[in-house]
Amino acid sequence: MAIYPASTPHSERHTLSVLVENRPGVLARIAGLFARRAFNINSLSVSPTERPDISRVTVTADVEQVPLEQIIKQLNKLLHVLKIVDLDNTDAVERELVLIKVAANETNRSDVLEIVRLFRVRVVDVHPESLTIEATGAEGKIDALLGLLHDYGIIELVRSGAVAVTRGPHALSEKVVGSEIRGR
Amino acid sequence: MVSPTPLQAFSGVQKAPTKTSKQTLVDGEKMTGAQALIRALEDLGVQDVFGIPGGAILPVYHQIHDDTKFRFVLMRHEQGAGHAAEGYAVATGRVGVCIVTSGPGATNMVTPIADANMDSVPLVVISGQVGIDSIGTDAFQEADTVGITYPVVKHSYLVTDAQDIPRVLAEAHYIARSGRPGPVVVDVSKTAQVGEMYYSWPQKMILPGYNPTTKPHGHVLREAAKLFEQSYRPVLYVGGGAMRSNAGAQVKELADLTDSPIVTTLPARGIVPDSDPKVLGMLGMHGTLAATAATQKCDLLVAIGARFDDRVTGKMDAFAPAARVIHIDIDPAEIGKRRQPDVPIVGDVAEVLDALNAEIKRGQAIRGATNLKPWWNLINSWREKYPMKYDEETPDGTLSPQWVVEELSRQAAPSTIWVSGVGQHQMWASQLIDFENPHSWISSGGLGTMGFGLPAAIGARVGSARDFGGKKPVWLIDGDGSFQMTSEELAAAFIDNAPVKIAILNNSVYGMVRQWQTLFYDKHYSQTSIQDGENTEDIVNVPDFVKLAEAYSCVGIRATTQDEAKAAIKRANEINDRPVLIDFRVYKDAMVWPMVAAGQSNDTVTYKPGVQPLLHNDTTDSGSDSGADEPQNDTDHAAVADGATAAEQSKE
Repeated sequence: MAIYPASTPHSERHTLSVLVENRPGVLARIAGLFARRAFNINSLSVSPTERPDISRVTVTADVEQVPLEQIIKQLNKLLHVLKIVDLDNTDAVERELVLIKVAANETNRSDVLEIVRLFRVRVVDVHPESLTIEATGAEGKIDALLGLLHDYGIIELVRSGAVAVTRGPHALSEKVVGSEIRGR
Repeated sequence: MVSPTPLQAFSGVQKAPTKTSKQTLVDGEKMTGAQALIRALEDLGVQDVFGIPGGAILPVYHQIHDDTKFRFVLMRHEQGAGHAAEGYAVATGRVGVCIVTSGPGATNMVTPIADANMDSVPLVVISGQVGIDSIGTDAFQEADTVGITYPVVKHSYLVTDAQDIPRVLAEAHYIARSGRPGPVVVDVSKTAQVGEMYYSWPQKMILPGYNPTTKPHGHVLREAAKLFEQSYRPVLYVGGGAMRSNAGAQVKELADLTDSPIVTTLPARGIVPDSDPKVLGMLGMHGTLAATAATQKCDLLVAIGARFDDRVTGKMDAFAPAARVIHIDIDPAEIGKRRQPDVPIVGDVAEVLDALNAEIKRGQAIRGATNLKPWWNLINSWREKYPMKYDEETPDGTLSPQWVVEELSRQAAPSTIWVSGVGQHQMWASQLIDFENPHSWISSGGLGTMGFGLPAAIGARVGSARDFGGKKPVWLIDGDGSFQMTSEELAAAFIDNAPVKIAILNNSVYGMVRQWQTLFYDKHYSQTSIQDGENTEDIVNVPDFVKLAEAYSCVGIRATTQDEAKAAIKRANEINDRPVLIDFRVYKDAMVWPMVAAGQSNDTVTYKPGVQPLLHNDTTDSGSDSGADEPQNDTDHAAVADGATAAEQSKE
């Protein structure tokens, strides 16, 4: 049953949404559970939600189904964890923000700008030797953009980590016991 | 008046001073956090507390007076305090409570906390912490107790505001004892201890993320009952969860209803009296041959509050290969952790079994009970052919350790609470003592903590004095190695009036390690000789356990022959005003049999050197098995599966 490490190169990508109480130390407890099982996190983002008392952790990871189920159960045992969902890619919207600093001078700047226009992303900083591009989108789009920009020379890159919500009118926090969501 | 939002009612260190928090809660009696801590323990009904004082917890200790409603037992090492609280909790079924200081006091508690976590023992550990202005500055005796204990607790709190203390203690006590029991750490900063607050009781707990399931679902019960109807070789595999749930009567009822044999894990010894013919004893690495064999050959394995520990299962893939599995556990994370069950049942063991027994009765009223005679014939043949046996004579004329354990069991009062350290003596105690009562066997299972024995025995004796008027004597069976890890607690045992009886099976070596060195490391006895006991002309041995006992005002007796041993045990049973220690000189090369080597299939179980009954498919009664009135197909199928496994094994 036990599969260790939990992440292998061919494991399927999963997106976990975890609602937690918004208080210090919660992230360390969650991260500790992942680390102990050699669960290679692809991205992780944490921020407050529509309710100030609840934070939402979005974890994407390449992981086998069996250790994933075990870690979801173990996460559920943490008292600060309120709700966990393994988001289905077809029924959720997933986005990531990326800032890319590309080496672009006067000779190839217009080529880079053409790519920027094609992908409907934005330039947020210009320098004689570089362009900084802000891109938002699902993983596939970001990967395609990076693939094209690669040839020009990427000086620096930062990704926010994926965030995701389910489609439709319902909020994950509705299912939290004692939920008090108003004015949605 | 604005009440705090539930989830934010206490955050760790406050980011900005809030002006409202003090004024919003004006109800109640004004006192300091330290006073509130003691008062909350009293209001929780805590009757016994173990610990050692220190600088960062002094405000709390300052509030312990002669009229405080709990007894305080002063131990000599924080680890001892933790194990004592564990022994107390297992013996009484209540939450064990410890109060220790910060830094080294708290880090010394990590071992008992991890031990309690592995064995699901309800424990509340209150530790001091430096003031919040000093947190994170490497102040004197500062340690990140919450951070250190995260991976080995059920939950940890850092309390920085006095007003939070009673609520956090109420929550900690509830978390420790409810659901799957476990240790909870409450790290109380000095700021919170000296701060002023308004005390009120009872407290409203704020635990939105904590909803343990205790009631089972109806449909899984029906499926489980159906599996019983379809099975001809069931086994009830009972673990410590059944003990924590106090489900002995329910387990016995299920066994009687379905005519199933009971095999137990180490912590569940005694859940149903050993005198019951359905009890086959412990299974696994050092279990009885009958218990291990029955589990390997069963077609229905009912795991009751058991977690498929590797010391039980051996090689997981080859464990009970032909069996369908019903897994009953209060912790959903245990279901499918090691083996995928056919019927998972999440709930409190006692409640689940009550419901399951009713369901089975309903089915049996219509269809009658399954006839398991062939199964019992097979099991009884194992029991007769491979009983728990040992050599009473030893090559060097010393005592046989197994004989000592049996003699202790023979002479003991039936109500005795048995405690053990960790090692060979622990396995012999588990194998050879006749357990007649649940909650009368206290041992470190999951973590295997050497040094657990003496402090746990003290805790059990305190519990015995509290709940049973001291009527239940406490016998500790310990090894000379294990005992020396916490022997300083003899002081606490004498001064705090916990007259435990201590049997040291002294072979002057780390016996279990030596056994592995003998079997798997070419008899290279690297660093396992510990030279303790009696000095002779040639060698100096330390310590002399008899003198050590006497140094602590305890009675020390040495026994080297069977007559001496019998007399010593008799005398120890008569002494009740102080601890008694008997140093039994036993044979150092005695081994624990049966044995399954670590990581091997349970089919390779060795009854004694050279005898591996399951590997060679020595199912003596297989003739009567297939000739019985059960469906032929089922038996054949299982036989094929067993044969295949044995063949696989022999290839390795």
